[in-house]
Amino acid sequence: MKTQELIPHLFRSEFSKITAVLCKYFGAAHIEVAEDLASETFLLALETWAYKGVPENPTAWLYTVAKNKTKNYLYRNQLFAGKIAPEIKAASTSDEWPEVDLSDESITDSQLQMLFAICHPGISTEAQIGLSLRILCGFGIDEIATAFLTNKETINKRLFRAKEKLRHKNVAIEFPPVSEINNRLEPVLTTLYLLFNEGYYSESQDAVLREDLCVEAMRLTRLLLEHEQTNLPQVNALLALMCFHASRFPARKNETGEIVLYQDQDESLWNQELIAQGSYHLNQAAQGDRISKYHLEATIAYWHTKKDDSPEKWENILQLYNRLLQLEYSPIAALNRTFALSKTKGKEAAVREAEKLQLTGNPYYFVLLGELYTGFNRDLAMTNFQKAQVLAKTQTDRQTIAKKISALKKTEEK
Amino acid sequence: MDEFILIFRHPDGGKLVSPEQMQAWMKQTMDWIGGIAAQNKYVSGSGLPFDDARVVHSGNVVTNGPFGDIKETIGGFIVVRATSVEEAVEFAKGSPVLQGEGNTVEVRKIAKDG
Repeated sequence: MKTQELIPHLFRSEFSKITAVLCKYFGAAHIEVAEDLASETFLLALETWAYKGVPENPTAWLYTVAKNKTKNYLYRNQLFAGKIAPEIKAASTSDEWPEVDLSDESITDSQLQMLFAICHPGISTEAQIGLSLRILCGFGIDEIATAFLTNKETINKRLFRAKEKLRHKNVAIEFPPVSEINNRLEPVLTTLYLLFNEGYYSESQDAVLREDLCVEAMRLTRLLLEHEQTNLPQVNALLALMCFHASRFPARKNETGEIVLYQDQDESLWNQELIAQGSYHLNQAAQGDRISKYHLEATIAYWHTKKDDSPEKWENILQLYNRLLQLEYSPIAALNRTFALSKTKGKEAAVREAEKLQLTGNPYYFVLLGELYTGFNRDLAMTNFQKAQVLAKTQTDRQTIAKKISALKKTEEK
Repeated sequence: MDEFILIFRHPDGGKLVSPEQMQAWMKQTMDWIGGIAAQNKYVSGSGLPFDDARVVHSGNVVTNGPFGDIKETIGGFIVVRATSVEEAVEFAKGSPVLQGEGNTVEVRKIAKDG
């Protein structure tokens, strides 16, 4: 008998599908039951397949087991059946338990509805991201803890509290009414945006895991686009932003795992297919009359897919940051805006504006000042890089700054 | 931190300028506002287009535009956060509006609720 090759991440992706469908089946108050049944399904797969080989159609095998385990659970657990079963049965016309529906359509709907339920305004953003990773992306507690640079207990507590909230608030697993889609979508997009950023900027050493976070954030965003009512301009803009950033994944690290800064990247490594996808979604995003922060950030990211400096590029980036800052202030946008200003109006003009920002607790602020002073005031450049070095929080940042300092020292010797 | 409104006044709003000049002003204004927003001091603002401008007088008499009898007009405003009127004045000094002769920026504190 031939041994079946398992597709990578099969367990993870099927876990998320089964869990979402079962969450929908049992209701938001019983997420643990859904998780347990899904886990038991995979445990059985592990025990069986390891010895007997992978079945012909592993997915179908998993779905059958999940359905049976659900049925057994309902019959076995009388207490539970007494409380919850009437609700489930009410949804069915016959006297039997309704079948757990693991069709593609049901899986997609369940995942989308869970996404809206998890991104309920009453749940903290951190917990939303954690729950999304667990329920919608099929990540293990260990993996989530690694991604967040924390321990399992913290993540467990966070997820537990989030599930309590879902229970207490009696959050329904359903599509929000059409009239509310835009409002309810806002926190969903924030969570997906943060999930992506967590992967893109995280300090976690596990590079594979970090890329997985980005891939998952993109998959869930695509899920929203596949659904007619959530195929909206701001969702397209968010996916465009993710595509443009993700296109640089292969170029961001060198062979030894060190971060390669944008200006030093080998652009032949940029993924042109993702850039093309990003452009497509940015075009789609142009329909509609509202400009979201995702539109602005995606357009900035689009300009960064053109490596060569041109006055047009930096003028556009500057104006986009001007608008982004009016829409929503953030220190990083303020710093990037000032960098763009140095490209259009020169370093001295940018220094004057930079000195006004007074982000004195932020290492990147002093990195920027150091960069801006480099070339016309060596001493001030050095002072600022040194301040940045003191404030730097991560090893990667300290390395980057140390390189800048040693480069500056070399200019003195000449 | 208080909020101040910066009101841009022009002596003659009807005066025509070249598209090139308008574009240059627009860019300067965007950069000026961007600089304030980068300090997290920008609250809101808008230009006030002359299209569809009306003046309602007592007795419900409605006239077109702020032009005609009144020479001076308001071209726009922004609201900023500042610790003092002096800081708000410093913001105002950067306004490209002031490049036009006779133009002014009026700085007024916004009354707080309650």
